[in-house]
Amino acid sequence: MATQSPQSAIEAAALRSDRFRLEREGDWKRLESIVTKIEQGRLRRLSDEDVLALPVLYRTVASSLSIARETSLDAATLAYLESLTQRAWFQVYGPRVSLFAWLRRFLGGGWSAAVRAMTLDVLVALTVMVAGVAVGWLLVASDSEWYFSLVPGQFADARVPGASREILHDTIFGNDGKDPMSAFAAYLFSNNAQVSILAFALGFAFGIPSLMLLVQNTATMGAMLWLYNGQGLLLDFAGWLAVHGTTELFAILLAGAAGLHIGRSMAFPGERPVMQAMAEAGRRASQVMTGVVLMLVVAAILESFARQLIDNTPGRFAVGGFMLVFWLAYFFAFRGRSDGAATP
Amino acid sequence: MSTATPTRLRRSDRDRTMVTPEGIALPLTLASRGTRLGALILDLTFIVILMLVTTLTLISIAGGTAVLSDPAKNGPAVMHALEFLAVLWIAAMFLFRNAYFLFFELGPRGATPGKRITGIRIAARDANGTGGRLTAEMVIARNLLRDIELFLPLVFIASASDGGDSGAAGLAALAWFLIFAFFPFFNKDRLRAGDLIAGTWVVEAPKRKLEAAMSAPGKAGAAAAVPVSQYRFGEAELSVYGEYELQTLERVLRENRTEAIRQVYEAICKKIGWTPGETDQRAFLDAFYTQLRARLEAGMRMGKRKADKFG
Repeated sequence: MATQSPQSAIEAAALRSDRFRLEREGDWKRLESIVTKIEQGRLRRLSDEDVLALPVLYRTVASSLSIARETSLDAATLAYLESLTQRAWFQVYGPRVSLFAWLRRFLGGGWSAAVRAMTLDVLVALTVMVAGVAVGWLLVASDSEWYFSLVPGQFADARVPGASREILHDTIFGNDGKDPMSAFAAYLFSNNAQVSILAFALGFAFGIPSLMLLVQNTATMGAMLWLYNGQGLLLDFAGWLAVHGTTELFAILLAGAAGLHIGRSMAFPGERPVMQAMAEAGRRASQVMTGVVLMLVVAAILESFARQLIDNTPGRFAVGGFMLVFWLAYFFAFRGRSDGAATP
Repeated sequence: MSTATPTRLRRSDRDRTMVTPEGIALPLTLASRGTRLGALILDLTFIVILMLVTTLTLISIAGGTAVLSDPAKNGPAVMHALEFLAVLWIAAMFLFRNAYFLFFELGPRGATPGKRITGIRIAARDANGTGGRLTAEMVIARNLLRDIELFLPLVFIASASDGGDSGAAGLAALAWFLIFAFFPFFNKDRLRAGDLIAGTWVVEAPKRKLEAAMSAPGKAGAAAAVPVSQYRFGEAELSVYGEYELQTLERVLRENRTEAIRQVYEAICKKIGWTPGETDQRAFLDAFYTQLRARLEAGMRMGKRKADKFG
């Protein structure tokens, strides 16, 4: 009706509130079509004018809504305006970044800023991991039966207390003839990523299960270190681990720290309400966790390729050491363009 | 906070108010738990279908590769191809499990396909319970928690029921699962653990069409042919009803069902003391609606509001 002769339709409307509505509904419908296009992901089909008009139209419709609430009793129009304002609000104030734009900002400083924001938790988690290694070592040293309860069966094939030096030596050297195991790498990654997501998510219970998970994993490592030390292979074993371990253990450390960060904010929210503290910690920790998944990709590649290709301890230490320095520099020296992305 | 009360007929304990930066209060309805469960089941079904299709496709490709090539001639190449397929499969499974929700909820609709179908979306929840800006970090956080809420205990229960000897572990996993599954029942905003950590909540995403203006000619039935002045209602007759009745009447007129129109017509006639018997009941109601609304809106402009017939 309004399209045929808008002017006459507006004049013909009996109610002042309906005239108000007929005068403005062109803008409303334009906003609706823009929002619908955005919602359907057809951003490219939007003209530049429409993109520029979006915030203006949003404010127009929002102000129409406030006026209509005071002057109109047309429930259908009010409901329409409320729903339209809400839909436009989600687009105007939505996460205006695509996944890829976000990833760029994340790598360019958001991630390291988030890690720095939880330095305390990283230190606590590091302490716990070192303690876990020590506990594993000491337990097995006092009674070698502990080895079987600490080390899961898949690792305890030939690597058991009492194994000869040659057997142990063979487990860490001499694989260079084999093909790189890309399927194995993918499996390792998928498995480790699930474990670190678990370590993070368990932070929900005040962070204690996260720490327990860290202890349990590193105690295994302590027990195996003890085993190789018994045959004088400690350094070589450490090199074998270091290739991917500096990255993988760092990732697990960060995952545990992220879980602890949430647990700590629940237990000690400080001045803020608990819900807000948790949400802030959760957002920061989720950035760290995205990074952890990336680190585990790197670790899995190192584990199944670099370790096969480099068959000597100094070389392995060089790769592992380089990775460690790289991560430390990235997290604690690189400031990037963080522009507050880590602390929303 | 200049918050005019949002007008609507139905009110429930799921209604929340979100205040935009412009200071406009928008009504928000939290999604019901049933809707969310429905959306989750839909999404899980989609994920399983995706996984199955991917797996079957990769298996058939692998089978084709193995059959077509001569193992004696190019054994290692075949092995590499198969290994590549295995890598692809593991990566795909990981992504379906972890990235499906992320990808869709980061999109402009803030909803997975299951949520879209059920008409809900995620939104940011501010400290004081109003709206805020939804960020990528929130979406990531709420979906990482999904792992311990849902996938982990389910896998655990499945593996425990296989073993048979681990009754206690299965029970523990079940308890774990139930705690998180019933989490939304123990807080007023129906948050699951992931929502709590991320600072989000799940709301209804209504999509309404702009209905025709009731008092404009040429719309809303055939009423406009009759001049409005055919029926004149006096001050006393119009002062019987308030906004609630007006909106009920509006709904009846918009739905335009003969039976409902007749009943409302008779009820109004009885109330204002007219004798029923008009032939064009619709025109009568249109006129009554328009005049009642004009009167109530005039009152509004003067700052007088009448909520309903009791007010």
